[in-house]
Amino acid sequence: MANATVESPEIMDQDNNFESRVSVASQRQLIWWRFTKHKLAVISAILLIILYLTTTFAEFFATAHPLESEAFRGLMPPQPIHFFDEGKLSPHVCAMIGTRDTYTYKKTYEPNCDEKTPVKFFVKGFEYKWLNLIPMDRHLIGVPEGYLAEEHIFILGTDILGRDMWSRIWVASRLSLSIGLVGVILTLFFGITLGGISGFYGGFIDTIIQRIIEIVRAVPTIPLWMALAAAMPFSWSIVQIYFSITLIISLFAWTDLARVVRGRFLSLREEDFVTAAVLSGADEKRIIFRHVMPSLYSHIIAAVSLAIPLMIISETALSFLGLGLQAPAISWGTLLQGTQNVQSVALYKWLMIPAFPVVGSILLFNFLGDGLRDAADPYSD
Amino acid sequence: MKETKNIVTDHPILSVKDLRVHFFMDEGTVKAVEGASFDVYPGRTLGIVGESGCGKSVATRSILLLVDSPGKIVEGNITYRGGQTNGQETDLTSLKISGSEIRSIRGGEISLIFQEPMTSFSPVHSVGNQMIESIRLHKKLSRSDSKDLAIDWFQRVGMPNPEQRMTQYPWQLSGGQRQRAMIAMALCCDPKIVIADEPTTALDVTTQAQILDLLKELQEQNGMSIIFITHDLGVIADIADDVAVMYLGDVVESAPVDEIFHSPKHPYTNALLSSIPSVFNRNRERLPTISGAIPHPHNRPSGCTFHTRCPSFIDGVCNVSLPTKSELGDNHSVTCFLYEDKK
Amino acid sequence: MLFYIGKRVVYGLIAIWLISILSFIIIQLPPGDYVSSYIANLAAQGSSLDQAEAENLRIFYGLDKPWHVQYGKWALRILTGDLGYSFEWEKPVMDVLGSRLLMTILLALFALLFTWVFAIPIGIYSAVNKYSIGDYIATFFGFLGLAIPDFLIALLAMWFGYSIFGWSVGGLFSPEFGTAPWSFAKFVDLMKHLWVPVLILGTAGMAAMIRVVRANLLDELSKPYVVTARAKGISEWRLIVKYPVRMALNPVISMSAYLLPYLISGSVIVSVVLSLPTLGPTLLKSLLSQDTFLAGGIIFLIGTTTILGTLISDLLLLWVDPRIRFEGR
Repeated sequence: MANATVESPEIMDQDNNFESRVSVASQRQLIWWRFTKHKLAVISAILLIILYLTTTFAEFFATAHPLESEAFRGLMPPQPIHFFDEGKLSPHVCAMIGTRDTYTYKKTYEPNCDEKTPVKFFVKGFEYKWLNLIPMDRHLIGVPEGYLAEEHIFILGTDILGRDMWSRIWVASRLSLSIGLVGVILTLFFGITLGGISGFYGGFIDTIIQRIIEIVRAVPTIPLWMALAAAMPFSWSIVQIYFSITLIISLFAWTDLARVVRGRFLSLREEDFVTAAVLSGADEKRIIFRHVMPSLYSHIIAAVSLAIPLMIISETALSFLGLGLQAPAISWGTLLQGTQNVQSVALYKWLMIPAFPVVGSILLFNFLGDGLRDAADPYSD
Repeated sequence: MKETKNIVTDHPILSVKDLRVHFFMDEGTVKAVEGASFDVYPGRTLGIVGESGCGKSVATRSILLLVDSPGKIVEGNITYRGGQTNGQETDLTSLKISGSEIRSIRGGEISLIFQEPMTSFSPVHSVGNQMIESIRLHKKLSRSDSKDLAIDWFQRVGMPNPEQRMTQYPWQLSGGQRQRAMIAMALCCDPKIVIADEPTTALDVTTQAQILDLLKELQEQNGMSIIFITHDLGVIADIADDVAVMYLGDVVESAPVDEIFHSPKHPYTNALLSSIPSVFNRNRERLPTISGAIPHPHNRPSGCTFHTRCPSFIDGVCNVSLPTKSELGDNHSVTCFLYEDKK
Repeated sequence: MLFYIGKRVVYGLIAIWLISILSFIIIQLPPGDYVSSYIANLAAQGSSLDQAEAENLRIFYGLDKPWHVQYGKWALRILTGDLGYSFEWEKPVMDVLGSRLLMTILLALFALLFTWVFAIPIGIYSAVNKYSIGDYIATFFGFLGLAIPDFLIALLAMWFGYSIFGWSVGGLFSPEFGTAPWSFAKFVDLMKHLWVPVLILGTAGMAAMIRVVRANLLDELSKPYVVTARAKGISEWRLIVKYPVRMALNPVISMSAYLLPYLISGSVIVSVVLSLPTLGPTLLKSLLSQDTFLAGGIIFLIGTTTILGTLISDLLLLWVDPRIRFEGR
């Protein structure tokens, strides 16, 4: 009769501890805990923060001035950096000699390692203003005194006008990534206001707004964006175009957020704690801001992090088609204009490289958004 | 109280011996059923009674190998003596979980009535469709014969307008009608055992009485056995012939229904009975409750699981080792140190 | 139920009306009016128009009237099938668009079909075998498809196709079939070329749908009616398909309604990249060259097609879910 099933006391302790911690944790803490369980989302968040920080330093990472063009060095393939020179550590690039085939007029480049250009780090290069305030001229990678970066080093090759791809990709990140943030502010505004009104008041207003949302969702966005973007006069400045594009994209991107907000308002209306607030005499605004909104924040943040990549994709697509930002503005989309047909893609593969940061940042935002969305509902599961 | 049936002399049609069902979760293992044993006799109703979480649902679902993952039957025998030719024994625990043998038993020989008929029916198929599906599966009748049989059963369970009801969806029926439909669906293939998992808990008292009468009537007509799960001792008194009392995954006492009510032996059974509010209680008398609370499923008490709440707790005995089952004669058995044969 | 259908049809009509207004605004947006664009075009080609002729044209097109009258005229003409005149092509808009509209619709429908055919079984498999390797792989690829925009997938597909297989991935017909009349051989040729854009368009939609199917099926699989079916002795796959899958299909159909505009939208860009004879490249060109009636006409057609598509899928939902039928929402 010796079958004593004794459960170890640690489990009992762990249980009690866990339960007691959970019962006193605030909503924010719950959400934070759930979020950190998603390793992928956390990593994405960190990477994104790093990415956005580097956009402020874009020129530092660039080697050549992004607008410097010289047709004769157009469509040059990437120059690999060699780190060793006959056994010694001496980073350098080999010069590229271009020859044009007289029959096909196609230009090919061959590396000529007799002409070496040393590669130095933290060198002086073209001038720029950090944060548009502080004049600087240091760059991460560059060439020594006496050489001109614009003529000697092309880490990722050049585009059809001979402009350095590496530098342009770095500088493009600024516009491409920021448009996401700016556009999302408008989306937030439309989404929260309309969704909130719809969910909070219900009834006729709700029906009308619901119909509007349905119609907006049923409209194919890209043709409409194309048309609206094309309607912008070409005489507008870059800034005006930038903001109009964000406006155009936001006009159609707010529906998802509105539906989420409306859904939350509708279900929260039925919740007992709202009834309690009403019964205790709170007025409408107070109810909305102090009682309903806090449960909304997490959902809003999740929806926002999923809306940003949408903006990035949309701007990239529009600029790719030539309808978005115009030269001399640089975004990843404008950089991809050179790849509009099979021939370019086949012959000048490096022109597609800007696609990778686009895909990368979109993936990061999606991972982040997914993690946030799962964490947003601390009472599910 | 039910008309007392004769004390049993037949062999049980279903024997559950030492059943252990464990759920392997991330946070730890939950021992939902731990050493439960009970017998079901032909033509009689076994009432399984216990508080929520005592494992009664899991134990009965294991009979049909319907344990949801991450649960598994880790030990025990479930012997079914129905079969095609009466007397043929099958150990249900040895069958493959989704194999054809257990599937022909499910619904065909042993069927299940669920607690909440609204969610237990598919909302997008008519009740007739769901019934005919069962009939065609087990009885292999033609479509029109199945339909006739279904309508016939709807009539037998007291469904008004059976032909019309057949084409309706579950959410178009009232609560009582839904439960009748559920009963019809469980019985339409003439099973030998019907497991009713709290079928009246979700109903109002009047409907509850009607359903109980219906079940008794059908049992008399068909001669099937019923396993009736409930936490309500009043229902047990009404419908059960034999009773098994469960606590935290184990059967602590089992006996014919009269014995249980008139001479309960286990301290838990005693406590349950005295906590039933009665018209005969003196005014302003406090309703006796069982002290303490059910232990967390991860924290099974050592030794006898009831010792933390037992008024007859013996320190050094009850919290150290497990009591074994003692037979007290007349099919009355109890698992408690108070009744153990002194060695 | 009739009430429900009626409501949906009315909403659809209102939406089409709004699209027409939007298209008209797009026509009017560029500075100057139709006639001045026409004159500019003529000038670019070296010819010109004198004042009197220009005035006559203006009166003919009603450009001297207030804009709501102009809209009325344009809208009425649409009802007779006349979408205006394209000066780029020097043909009526409908002639330019005819077969291209058909191609666009075909492409979108096939992409939708592709999505259904692959996403639903994969989603079911994923849900039933949760956390298995197959599930992780499906989720991962689904994620990629969702995150990478259509036109980039198109670019990458072109790149792979060309550099690894030496395909010339573009267009919808081999040169010999391009302008040939329809025949079975031409149809086969179309199928051979169509699968690439269909695959590209379908991947993003497929990714989203797999997630929806998986999530909804997981929800349904844990519901009591599934246990009931199992307790009746039905075999596992049969009961999964008959009961929870049927329930999980509802959101799939509602989702398809909004997948259609997405697909048509995406087909525009993908067609540009792959040079397909659909509405996409035509739209782009017409916008860049300010061929306003053509652009507006295309927008209107695309918008109307999608709205009709969503209407059809709403009606499909009605057929699939009896609860809506009876509750007469």
